[in-house]
Amino acid sequence: MSALSIATRTGRARARRSGAGATRPGIAWAAPATLFFLLFAIVPLVMVLVLSFTNWNGLSSPQFNGFANFSKLLDDPVMRQSIGLTLLLTALGVLTQTPISLLLGVWAAGPQRNRAVLSAVFFIPLLLSATAVSVVWRAILDPNFGLPAQMHWLFGNGNLLGSQSGSIGVLTFVGLWQYAPMHALIYQGGARAIPEVLYQAAAIDGAGRFRQFFHITLPQLRTTMVTSVILMVVGGLTTFDTVLILTQGGPGTDTTVTAYYMYEQAFQSFNYGEASAIALVLVVVATLVSLIVVRLSGYGSMRSEMEGL
Amino acid sequence: MTRQRPNYLAGFGSLVWLGLIGLPLYVLLIATFRTQSSYSSEGPLTFPHHLTLQNYATAFSNGFGQYFLNTLIVTASVVAIVLLVVPPLAYTVVRARGRTVSLVFRLFLLGLAVPVQAVIVPMFYLINQAGLYDSLIGLILPTAAFSLPVCTLVLTGTMREITSELYEAMTMDGASPFRVFWQLVLPLSKGGLSSIVVFAALQAWNGFLFPLILTQSDSSKVVTLGLFNFQTEHGVNAPGLLAAVVLSMLPIFIVYLFARRALVQGLMGVGGK
Repeated sequence: MSALSIATRTGRARARRSGAGATRPGIAWAAPATLFFLLFAIVPLVMVLVLSFTNWNGLSSPQFNGFANFSKLLDDPVMRQSIGLTLLLTALGVLTQTPISLLLGVWAAGPQRNRAVLSAVFFIPLLLSATAVSVVWRAILDPNFGLPAQMHWLFGNGNLLGSQSGSIGVLTFVGLWQYAPMHALIYQGGARAIPEVLYQAAAIDGAGRFRQFFHITLPQLRTTMVTSVILMVVGGLTTFDTVLILTQGGPGTDTTVTAYYMYEQAFQSFNYGEASAIALVLVVVATLVSLIVVRLSGYGSMRSEMEGL
Repeated sequence: MTRQRPNYLAGFGSLVWLGLIGLPLYVLLIATFRTQSSYSSEGPLTFPHHLTLQNYATAFSNGFGQYFLNTLIVTASVVAIVLLVVPPLAYTVVRARGRTVSLVFRLFLLGLAVPVQAVIVPMFYLINQAGLYDSLIGLILPTAAFSLPVCTLVLTGTMREITSELYEAMTMDGASPFRVFWQLVLPLSKGGLSSIVVFAALQAWNGFLFPLILTQSDSSKVVTLGLFNFQTEHGVNAPGLLAAVVLSMLPIFIVYLFARRALVQGLMGVGGK
């Protein structure tokens, strides 16, 4: 990846030196997409910021109330719990999905023919919507008509969604089932890009499969891992569909994650101001956590690649 | 690379994962061909004695035909919008000089970090104000807008790989920016273009939050929302519900069967950036 960006940069430098001024498009070419994006993404984002300082029920016009929403959220036990739950689910997601998708991806990148056929099955979940996946698992885990009714040895009394730990376990497992294939695909792409020479050299030096994995594959997949973890973190922090369909934030408020709480505040309690404040907290937390991941991993090369103008 | 001995551990691991993926899919598929009473009495695992298509009929009588059509319209429109606005944008980002263009690119990078959930309240308000609530257009526009950042990033990645020698050669021939775009950039960006089509189509087909908040009536409902409503209303009819699930994934599945390479490569392109 970084080699590529260096190559394009030197290519560009050469073009500048040779002085051949190529025809370049004007900024107008970017206008349709930019205006469209401003209107439907940036304007709402700015509105969230404004609305988070108001009291608004959706009918009358919004009333400014300063930091009231935020101080209310600070004292709100459900909100505080939701942040803990969201971070917990995100961490559980990263910890379960990373090893499995890494192994799957590296395995699928291998040369054997049967792997292509098996990966075709392995990757099926990434075609499904979170809605479909949640609906299917809810039916399968139904305590009366699903698998738990038949497999008491595995599921005990079968009411997995009746307790907080059970619900968190189910949400983590369903997340793993759905998202591990997507991340395996990312790792597969990364693993394919590792130069074969490295493995040949290691094999000549007598390094076995495990040493090859830990000394070549893992370090080479570092950038890939950061991409994957950031995607998992942002996805985990905004978990909503699975919660709505599998647990409705319950039992009680035991799985009311932040995004779900925002939805409840906005579209069930019609506290749009408070919901906007929650949304703002979500954006800030998601951005901060992504930045922390980037910082911790020393992800400088990606930056130059993205901004390599 | 020659491997000395078979990797038993990996083989075992992949079998476990095959079971984890295969079992729910088996239950899902089998359930849709059995009667509701057989599902509840025999349990989801046993193979039914007597197969029926009744569940698919139930799904259709619950409006899934209409939801299906709506989803198709939404998906096709989102893909069309993305294909219309992203290539010129990516071309500009890669080729144009100046601060405005780097500002524009940064705007889209910022967009990558903005989750749909974060803007859903003002979006609800805006779409209402625009008189687009409960319409397919009101669904298409935000969905398309939110697939722009990833598509832009992927396509600029592809377009950066076109060497400047090629641009110079075309400029020597006196080509206009449009001709460069049409005859050089687009043909050489096929990989990136198919990636963004795959990504945008999956986003639109599988989208849930925008439909949940921005639509209401049956005439503008998409399949994901249909599934959710079916579950809340007739959750006990698991076979009927699961038949609806199978229908909702069928088109993507058919594409997967016939164009798996393109689809997987497309998604890999999205993930790799």
